[in-house]
Amino acid sequence: MANLRDIRRRIKSVKNTAQITRAMQLVAAAKMKKAQDQAIAGRAYSKQLNGVLQDISEGFSDATHALLEKRTGSRELILIISTDKGLCGPINTNLARAIRAQSSPDADYVTVGRKLRIAMEKLGRKVIADFSVKDPVPFSDARAISTLLSRQFLEGNYDKVSVAYTRFVNTLSQVPEVVQLLPVVPPADHAEATATNDFLFEPSPADVLSAILPLYINFKVFQALMEARASEHSARMVAMKAATDNAKKFIKELTLEYNKLRQGAITSELLEITTAMKAME
Amino acid sequence: MPLHLDIVTPEKSIFSGLVDNVYLPGADGEMGILPMHAGLVTALQAGILHYLHNGQEVPLAIGSGFAEITQTKVVVLTDMALGEAEIDIARAEAGIKRAQEKLASVDHSLDAEEVAYLQGNIAKATAAISIKRRGRH
Repeated sequence: MANLRDIRRRIKSVKNTAQITRAMQLVAAAKMKKAQDQAIAGRAYSKQLNGVLQDISEGFSDATHALLEKRTGSRELILIISTDKGLCGPINTNLARAIRAQSSPDADYVTVGRKLRIAMEKLGRKVIADFSVKDPVPFSDARAISTLLSRQFLEGNYDKVSVAYTRFVNTLSQVPEVVQLLPVVPPADHAEATATNDFLFEPSPADVLSAILPLYINFKVFQALMEARASEHSARMVAMKAATDNAKKFIKELTLEYNKLRQGAITSELLEITTAMKAME
Repeated sequence: MPLHLDIVTPEKSIFSGLVDNVYLPGADGEMGILPMHAGLVTALQAGILHYLHNGQEVPLAIGSGFAEITQTKVVVLTDMALGEAEIDIARAEAGIKRAQEKLASVDHSLDAEEVAYLQGNIAKATAAISIKRRGRH
């Protein structure tokens, strides 16, 4: 059985851990709020952009723009958005599992976030570029990434570009997703598509498409980054809250044990004193 | 019959509501949109957009982007939209100066994208300043 001093020492160390996890929980909670608001605000733009693209896409065939061109090859480039730091629950492992399940094993990668970059390099996969993204996510960072992805696609190095990220649902739930980025597939889930689609284009259809498509890709990447960030902070907040709660429970159990031992020690001490007194009489 | 106008930027939805008309800085010059306009998709350049909402003329400085116009609806997607109250002239002027200095230092033949980006920034800030100036007179 552990002695009193050992237990006291353990209580102290668990308390320290709880303090750290609690601090991390609070920091994550503050960042989470901002990241969630940003991700949700971006969805309005995303929805409108999808709607516009769908409305005008009916008039175009695949050949209209290089970014729409479907190719037969299977060389795939995947942008992986993971986290730089750990201690954020299972989101990185879940994302890695989704990537394994939904993409070919000989794909190449572009990574954001240290965690999965290291994992992919360990697996011997080819990581052609790595980006670090500030917090909160600035639009210019997304631009740099999407420029690289589009260039790789347009130069014919890859036939398909996907993005793997963790979609934010709510604070308790984040879903890993792998979605195709290039060639651009006009979104089909836009319910209120306008029926009359005789659009004029100014200055010209080709000019409008070449203005919209890069913007669409930029924004897709930007939105994925924001969703991933919101997921990361949410997952970290939840993980750290669980850790703090566990530590508190542990402290309670240890305190109970400590008091029991202390009581036992006092009882046996009293017993000794009374027996000694009895013997003296 | 009024038009439904939506103005959204990546950061947030700026305006959503009914208006009587909209003037947009199109790629080929300013255009006015009234209800029952023919379906149109146009690229936008940085400049001033204004619309008539409840009898009030509201100007906004917008960045580049594009607009989708149907008979009943106008959707404006842009990377920036600032109302008069949000514009800070000193900041906008500083922004122009910064962009111009940078523009002088980059190699125009090599970095076309950076040049376009900086010129876009200047156009945006110029539009913002002209709105503010107009408001004061």
